[in-house]
Order: sequence, then structure tokens, then C-alpha cells
Amino acid sequence: MSALLELDGVDKRFRGLLAVDGVSFSVPQGAIVGLIGPNGAGKTTIFNLIAGVFRPDRGRILFEGRDIAGLRPHVLCRAGIARTFQIARPFGALSTLENAMVGAFRANAGTEAAEKHARAVLERLGLADKAHAPAHGLTLPERRRLEVARALATEPKLLLLDEAMAGLRPIEIDAMVGTLSALARESGLTILLTEHVMRAVMALSHHIVVVHHGQKICEGTPEHVAADQRVIECYLGRSAA
Amino acid sequence: MSGRQGVALALTGGLLVAAPLFVGDYVLSVLIVFLLAAYLGQCWNIMMGFAGQLSLGHALYYGLGAYTAAALFVHFDTLSWFGIVAGAALAALAAGVIGALSFQFAVTGVYFALLTIAFDEFTRILFDHFDWVGGTAGLFLHVAQVKGTDLLHLRGSPTMFYYVLLALSAGVLWLSRALLRRRIGFYWLAIREDEPAAAALGIDTFWMKLVAVTLSGALTALAGGVMAFYDNNLYPDTIFATSSSVEIITAPIIGGMGTLFGPIVGAFLLTTMGEAMTDFGAAWGVPGLKQWLYGGALVAIVLLQPAGVWPWLCDRLGLGAERR
Repeated sequence: MSALLELDGVDKRFRGLLAVDGVSFSVPQGAIVGLIGPNGAGKTTIFNLIAGVFRPDRGRILFEGRDIAGLRPHVLCRAGIARTFQIARPFGALSTLENAMVGAFRANAGTEAAEKHARAVLERLGLADKAHAPAHGLTLPERRRLEVARALATEPKLLLLDEAMAGLRPIEIDAMVGTLSALARESGLTILLTEHVMRAVMALSHHIVVVHHGQKICEGTPEHVAADQRVIECYLGRSAA
Repeated sequence: MSGRQGVALALTGGLLVAAPLFVGDYVLSVLIVFLLAAYLGQCWNIMMGFAGQLSLGHALYYGLGAYTAAALFVHFDTLSWFGIVAGAALAALAAGVIGALSFQFAVTGVYFALLTIAFDEFTRILFDHFDWVGGTAGLFLHVAQVKGTDLLHLRGSPTMFYYVLLALSAGVLWLSRALLRRRIGFYWLAIREDEPAAAALGIDTFWMKLVAVTLSGALTALAGGVMAFYDNNLYPDTIFATSSSVEIITAPIIGGMGTLFGPIVGAFLLTTMGEAMTDFGAAWGVPGLKQWLYGGALVAIVLLQPAGVWPWLCDRLGLGAERR
């Protein structure tokens, strides 16, 4: 498998704080990679670097072999990188369908084609019956699904999910995990996700990267990472381990 | 649009087309004020109601349109419509420059709004000292005694101006509706709702906002150009006044921002209310009563129906919801 996305020695500094410190990892084509770490480890900053919100101070971010560091978010979306936000940001005054259509217009110039594609995506995410409901009235699980639907509607090669399951109940998490793994299996979509919900990360990811204090401390298969001494320490503290 | 909405629109449209046939001069002059407010509100609505960019300086574009059309007519005796279109082009340029500067340096929200006031004020002071267009003394258009209607030179009775404004208003209504159904309309609403989320979905927010601002400015200027030939006199201190900008935004806010018909409904309400209260104030002989009542009514509407009168009316009349 060739790497779709590759981070190579990426640094990001905010004033004095080195939020991301020489992080390197790669996301193979068609894989689901989990990016985990305690609060404040730098996961969302890494996401924002990949999605073009921030420009790295050092290092390269390669997407399909091309350095994309510093490109603006809309350019990256057009290149094939779609992201969701940690706090769901639906376009409240628009209906669920219209929200998805905004994403679908990325690859479909006409309104009818965009609507058709958006409906298919909503169907995929189990939101078809909410198509005409205003987005501001959706429940939290529905908002999380809409966030994914909207990103997916842009027809990305790489989907970045920033805590897509935060705040969900276990049964809703299992449903979301089912939807996402089916999606990856059937469409060959590559996914990079950050998640606090360990059962979701372990169930979904082929490969996991662990960051702590802005540095990568471990990577490997879910089983490998779960058994790693440093990972256990950073999550549970030294005395527990 | 629902069936009942279509019927309501056809009835209102028919009534407005027929109105000059059976109303007197006074009512016609009030209707012209109404149509102007409706049209300007519709233009502002494209920028704020759809794309979410707050302009508090729209008098700038109206003034540029009026002054360009009038100055070209006075100095070079050009065809009226040539000056009007030139004014719209100049306003588009001004709006484009203001928008590009603001959006490039990420000036947004209230700071952007302040900037629009600043550019309007700056232009007012510039025109105060611009002798070629008369400075503070004003610019006057020579009024030839024209019999009948000369649409080409925009010389004729108030009825002609009424129909020109009606056509402009209907035109921008059609344009707004068409734009909202296309990609650009969806993109504008997305930017209005959440700009970073819009950018993450591949929307070039800089260009989309620039298009909204430029289009709104150019359309606003068209009305300025037309009204220059109706008023026949222009003063920088009235035309570029901040109060003129505020008048432009009142109708869409009262009627319902972001809706297609809100600005029109708001303009109708405000104009009839203003006239009724002038009569009422005169009958009671209390000076300033009109302003008190008018202000009070505005406060009441904003408090009771913050989303505007039109969405509420749609609900009440069973016209179906209109997107906001």
C-alpha cells in the first residue's frame, strides 16, 4: 500500500508552546488510521495542519506525494481532503439535505445533480428521513452524522474525523462505527480519525498513532499500542502502570 | 414556492402594475418611495441576508450611482442609461475594492460593518470638496419640459419612474430567487451560517463574498442613477448620509432578512406606517409625534418578531415557510 498522506517531521509552535513536535507518520491508501492521545496532546492541531487551518513551522505534509503544507482549507478540500469538526458546525438555518448539498456542490455544479448525490449520502448515514428537517433542530447523534455526511458529500479521498463520536452513547457509537467501517470497506475511502472513545478507535483502526505532549510516542496495530508501556503510562499515569 | 405563494405573488404583482391607473399623484409618490425602499432593501439583502456580510454604508453605492449618472448627464449630456450603467460599474469597483481589502485581511463582522461606514463617510467628505459635481452646494440636473414619456433619456412623469422601479424590483426578485437555487446561493448561505465550516467544504469564501458585495453594490447604484433623474438635485450630505444607509437596511430587517419577499413587505409596512403617522401627527398637532410613533413601532416589531414580519405572515396566511 502506498501512502496517501505522509507527515514528515512536522512542528507547530504557538508563541512559546511547541504544540506539535517533529511528528511523522503516514496514512496508507484505503486504511483507517487512528490518532490518539490524552487531552492537549496535539491531535486537533495535527488535524488543523493537515486541513490547512494552520501552516506548519517546519516539516512536510505530503498528500498523494505533493507537499500541501500551508494550502488553504478550500483548496485542500478540492484536492480531496474533507474534515469534520470536533464541535459539530451544521448550517443551522438550512435543512439537513441542503447542508449535504453544500458539500455535494464540490463535485456537482448543477443543483439537481448535487441534490441527488446529497440524498444518496444522507441515505448512507441514515439521515434520509431527516432530509427536510432544519439542521438546528437535530439531536447530537444526528448532528455528528450530518457532519460526516457533509464532508463525505464532497467526495474526498481522505476523510479526517475529529472526534466524530464525542458525546455519543455506547449504542450510538456502535452504530456510527458500523456505518464508518461499511463505508471504508465498500468505497475504499481512507480515514484518519482522532477519538477519545477507545472502543471505537480499537474497533475501526487498522493502525494507531499515539501522541503525547506534541510528540509521537508509539504507533502500530491496536493490539500493539494497547500493550505499550508508554501508552499505558500517559493514559493512566506512572503509578498505575 | 407553494401554490398559495404563487397566487399571492400574482395578485400583488397585478395590483402594483395596475396601481397608477387608479391612484392620485400623492399616493403614486408614496408608492415610488415604497418601491425604492423595497428595491434597495432587496439589494442589501443579497449581501447581508444571503451572504451574511453586514454593510452599514450602502448609501455609498447609491450615491456613486446617482452622482455618476447625474455628472455624466450634466457635463457631457450622455444618454441617461449610459450614466446609470457607468455608475453601477463604478459602484461595483468600489464594492470590490472595499470587499477585497477587508476579506484579504480577514476583517469580518462588526469590524467590516464599521469599515463600510468609514468608506461612505470618507466619500461624503470627498464629494463635499469635489467642485466638478458642485461640492456642498449640490448638483442640479436641467429639467427640460418633456411632453409624454422619454424612457431613453429617463424624462417623464412620476408614473414612468414608478414602472422603472417596479421593473427593477421585480428583476432583482427574480435574480435573487434564481441565485438562491444555484450553487452560489447555497454557498452564500453556508458562509453566512459558518464560514470556517464552509471553507472546509471546498468553498472559496473570499471570492463568494466578493461576488455578493460587488453585485449588491452595483444593483444599489442602479437605483441611485434612476432616482437622480427623478429628484434632479443631489447633495453629498443627504445622499451619502449614514442615516440613508440605515434607511436602506430597515426594510429588510423589519420584513425578514434572508427571505425573498421580506424586504418588499418591510418596505411596504414602513412606508405606509410613516405616511399614516404623518397624518396622525398633523391631526393631533403634536410636533415630533410621528417620530415617536414610528420609533415605537419599529421597537415593537423587532421585539415581537425578531425574524421579521414576512416569516410570521407566511405562517399566519398558510403560505408555507420561506428559507431564511
